[in-house]
Amino acid sequence: MKRLGIVSLLALIAVACVRREPDPFPTGDEAAGWVKGRGRTFPASELWRYVDGDAERYLQAGIERTVTAEYRYRGQFEAVADVHIMRSPEAARRIFASEPAAGSRPVEAGEAGRSYGPSLTFHRGRYFVRLVAYEESAEAAEALRALAAAIDRRIQVARR
Amino acid sequence: MRTRRQVVGSCVAALMGGACGQSPERSRSRAPQAEAAGPSRVVIARDPSLGSGGGADSAHLAKLLDRAMQAFYNVDDALEAWRRLVRPGETVGLKVNCLAGKGASTRPALVEAVCERLQQAGIRARDILIWDRLSEDLESAGYRIATGRDRIRVMGNELLGYEDELSSFGSAASLLATALTRVCDAVINLPVLKDHGIVGVTLAMKNLFGAVHNPNKYHPNTGDPYVADVYMLPPIRRKVRLAICDAIAAQYQGGPSYMPQWSWPYRGLLVARDPVALDYTGWQIIERERARRGLKSLKEVGREPRWIATAARHGIGTNDPARIQALEV
Repeated sequence: MKRLGIVSLLALIAVACVRREPDPFPTGDEAAGWVKGRGRTFPASELWRYVDGDAERYLQAGIERTVTAEYRYRGQFEAVADVHIMRSPEAARRIFASEPAAGSRPVEAGEAGRSYGPSLTFHRGRYFVRLVAYEESAEAAEALRALAAAIDRRIQVARR
Repeated sequence: MRTRRQVVGSCVAALMGGACGQSPERSRSRAPQAEAAGPSRVVIARDPSLGSGGGADSAHLAKLLDRAMQAFYNVDDALEAWRRLVRPGETVGLKVNCLAGKGASTRPALVEAVCERLQQAGIRARDILIWDRLSEDLESAGYRIATGRDRIRVMGNELLGYEDELSSFGSAASLLATALTRVCDAVINLPVLKDHGIVGVTLAMKNLFGAVHNPNKYHPNTGDPYVADVYMLPPIRRKVRLAICDAIAAQYQGGPSYMPQWSWPYRGLLVARDPVALDYTGWQIIERERARRGLKSLKEVGREPRWIATAARHGIGTNDPARIQALEV
């Protein structure tokens, strides 16, 4: 009976841990100028609905799910933030490393990050993050870096 | 009174359908416009002054579309070209490609221009359906869902449904979207010129993955023979009359998702009846851009779109450069 109680307690703790999955998307003053719009979640088995053929490489690397959110910056342009939650930090690093770095500049986000101007990628722990702005300008690149920093802060809090 | 050409066309359509007992819906369909004799024409229309971003000027875009259509049909009047493509009373589907959201999807301004010309050619607004796999894909790309029967409809397959029975050819066995099988008499295919991380490129033939319920099953072996086999499904062969490829902004790496760092302003449209010729031509455009940027060819990175050759062997069209008439206007 006592053993059953312990098992039940552990199960409850496990469920609570799973459910405590944080929302990585900043709102309000966390990322100045950015307003969050629609958000969606795709488990690994449904990722193809979001990125079709692109899903394969995430599945091969080992992905749990993808959460994505639309953003708008000061009413000027839109962006999409994809947070791919991998099974391990190594999987997130592998996805990051698999993408060509040509034309990018390192940015201070996550354990490693790259800015390509209108897009930005970084990884931290088992999170691989991609931000894409529908605007090519110095302001958009700067705004993406700020959004990346805010997402990164949320991820770090979640990992504590 | 039907002309001899129309009668012959209907017979060919019946053969392509693989069945003699055609349903009323099927009998309305025009023949597939395979170019059995002579070269397959691919028109490449470009406008250097066209903006490549989401705000591509719609007036410029409409002019470019007119130029492309006139060149393809070799006529002086753009409306004459559209009248050769569709007939009043038909329901016309516009199969767009919206999976990648804004940036790498068929741009609404192009589709608006197509809708305008279709209506000028006698197609009622209520007989135009803009469709893709999911309504949320359409919305992500900037379209507004519209289901009313008194206007142009914009709907995803989840709203219109799929057939209950599988259609199959070779490696492909799928439930087809009723937008294709029941709603539309004719389909204009509106893909985007872009790279694909598994099957090499995604252009005219691959866009019809949006007409089946299980496209995720068809990516092994760089899509070969799946892309070609799906295109062989009879309603696709019979109803898709023309491809107008949005190549205003193209992508040479990182597709099918939108990766602005690997996109470039091609500022063009590709128009063809033969999807194999269009896909071969688009593939070569992407290869040239990859080479210009110092990237390895798709073959070298293990993503050569071999399914284009398979489609040619199926008889869908030609991938022989000597039989492709690429017309730049």
